Amino acid sequence: MAPETADIDLGEYQWGFHDEENPVIKIERGLNEDVIRQISAHKGEPKWMLDFRLDAYEIFLSKPMPNWGADLSGIDFDNIFYYLKPAESNARSWDDVPDTIKNTFERLGIPEAERKFLAGVGAQYESEVIYHSLKKELEDQGILFLDTGQALLEHEDLFREHFASIIPSADNKFAALNSAVWSGGSFIYVPPGVRIEQPLQAYFRINAENMGQFERTLIIVDEGAYVHYVEGCTAPTYSSDSLHSAVVEILVKKGGRCRYTTIQNWSNNVYNLVTKRAVAEEDATMEWVDGNLGSKVTMKYPAVVLKGERAHGEILSIAFAGEGQSLDAGGKVTHAAPNTTSVITSKSISKDGGRSSYRGLLRVNKGAEGSKSKVVCDALIIDPESRTDTYPYINIMADQVDVGHEATVSRLGEEQIYYLMSRGLSEGEASGMIVAGFVEPITKELPLEYAVEMNRLIQLQMEGSVG
Amino acid sequence: MPDLVIRNLHANITGTDTEILKGIDLQMSKGEIHAIMGPNGSGKSTLSHVLMGHPGYEVTEGEVLFEGQNLLDLAADERSRAGLFLSFQYPFAVPGVTVANFIRMAVNAHRKGGPDGVDNPVRIPEFRKQILEAMELLHIDKSMASRSLNDGFSGGEKKRFEILQMAMLQPKIAVLDETDSGLDIDALRIVSDGINRLVGPNMGTLIITHYQRILDYVKPDQIHVLMDGRIVRSGGAELAHELETSGYADIAKEVVN
Repeated sequence: MAPETADIDLGEYQWGFHDEENPVIKIERGLNEDVIRQISAHKGEPKWMLDFRLDAYEIFLSKPMPNWGADLSGIDFDNIFYYLKPAESNARSWDDVPDTIKNTFERLGIPEAERKFLAGVGAQYESEVIYHSLKKELEDQGILFLDTGQALLEHEDLFREHFASIIPSADNKFAALNSAVWSGGSFIYVPPGVRIEQPLQAYFRINAENMGQFERTLIIVDEGAYVHYVEGCTAPTYSSDSLHSAVVEILVKKGGRCRYTTIQNWSNNVYNLVTKRAVAEEDATMEWVDGNLGSKVTMKYPAVVLKGERAHGEILSIAFAGEGQSLDAGGKVTHAAPNTTSVITSKSISKDGGRSSYRGLLRVNKGAEGSKSKVVCDALIIDPESRTDTYPYINIMADQVDVGHEATVSRLGEEQIYYLMSRGLSEGEASGMIVAGFVEPITKELPLEYAVEMNRLIQLQMEGSVG
Repeated sequence: MPDLVIRNLHANITGTDTEILKGIDLQMSKGEIHAIMGPNGSGKSTLSHVLMGHPGYEVTEGEVLFEGQNLLDLAADERSRAGLFLSFQYPFAVPGVTVANFIRMAVNAHRKGGPDGVDNPVRIPEFRKQILEAMELLHIDKSMASRSLNDGFSGGEKKRFEILQMAMLQPKIAVLDETDSGLDIDALRIVSDGINRLVGPNMGTLIITHYQRILDYVKPDQIHVLMDGRIVRSGGAELAHELETSGYADIAKEVVN
């Protein structure tokens, strides 16, 4: 059968198309114990995982919806598909990926990026990773990069030692939901002293309407090792909502470093509710670079627990909220050991009635003397209809700490635009340039290819908003 | 017809009845240097921004023709691409956007605005050569290329950066709004040298100034005295010295009488 790709009116959003569905398995809508048992059975999981899922489901049911942050009242848990397997197997070659799906990833530029500058790629479509690769020389160094479900089956001991150790099911309602129905995601292990110079990338694509995607990522960076992991995501535009609720756990051991970059560009009908937390041991560094451009609602606060002495945490986040979007983003850092350091830099942009919030928690535990932290959050408001809020929570229980917090709110100035236009730039180019400059402290941290992509996405958003 | 023709130009602050320009008439062409002098609040800066298309002013009467085309129908970016330039008295800062990237984008916008209307971006080595030459002409340190637009620039650096943009965009008519203010004598000489090098058969300039100081370096063909939104006198270079000795008050009396 010829693959069919239905194009719909994309508006400004480029990736709103969807493919014809041709699932291997699609479990009926809604969530109950039986759905969870089906998921676990299809995956051929050990019993302890089924028990873990069922236990998490109980926790999910018992926890109320969050009564803070963005409005989640539109989520209808009964209307979501919790598991859809799109292809028979997780291919190691794009040639073995079904044509429809392969074409979509080609449109998204994934195989091309893989050839050009990536050390490995995972591509998830609906509930399962349908393609996975890792350069041979990296495999030979003992690096593991595979889909999380496969890791459970093939490396059960390592998996079980760390799984849910950083984010337990009871952490919050959506972590519990993910724990109950998780499928896909990346599992990475970098052995001691191994540095992966090129990024590993995972791409998450939702295709079906009312889909729920619940990937689970677990990254272990062993002593003195380094990895940069990049994730991107898009979805079709539908009139009804989808749900993306991931859990990402990272352990960076002594002297190791992990950078985790996200370019989130979901369509404007996706609820994006993600729990991300890393633990950094002695002299380790954890960096979250978090770009949020899409989704209907995002609630996401990447966290670092600085557990070992002199550990360093860094959170750089961009949120761009356009029409009908509510992006509640920020970061959390816990200084749990002496002489630890952290920097949180947040930049938010609101336009066309969009709402962005910075929500951050900085905590210095008793005993974490000599810790230093700096929080900078800047908001840019494009037009009077839009809104920004800042909720910086700071909780210090140790003496001799150095904590700084700065926040600014600015409006895109008519005169600033006029100045740039007087040099020949169109209104869209001018405002896009101002916004790109505003987020430059963060985009400059991205690998060139992603910085270009981020600036292009921002330019697209800005051009759609004027003239 | 002269390249720039301003006829009976009236302008208000947008959304108000406050009239700033009360009927300006002025004509000039490429190759000419004109100066507009006048006391504070006479409407000098307003005139420059009305010509460039500042959204804070609205034209209520009159017309402006630029090479025969109705300038007032164009947005600021179109005016720029048509060949008009304004050196701002108070340029705006744009953090995170480097001088080199910005000027390159502006140059490319101008090249795109050419007769064929298609993208024709300048090649990087060629651009680099041009900008380095222009920076040398204006005694601008190379490091400015990688700094953010006007961000943390001194008053003098801002003015030189404005003239650098003029050099790179090669306008037909450049309006220089108080380019001399905030410059020490050495900087004034350098900037003036730069202007003199750029003015020629392909460029004319309209210098707006409070003092005749800059006119010792850039010799005007004609001087116009602006008071209360109108040009009350026009004359040759000697008018500047007359103003310097007698001040605007005498002219004001003259005009009233």
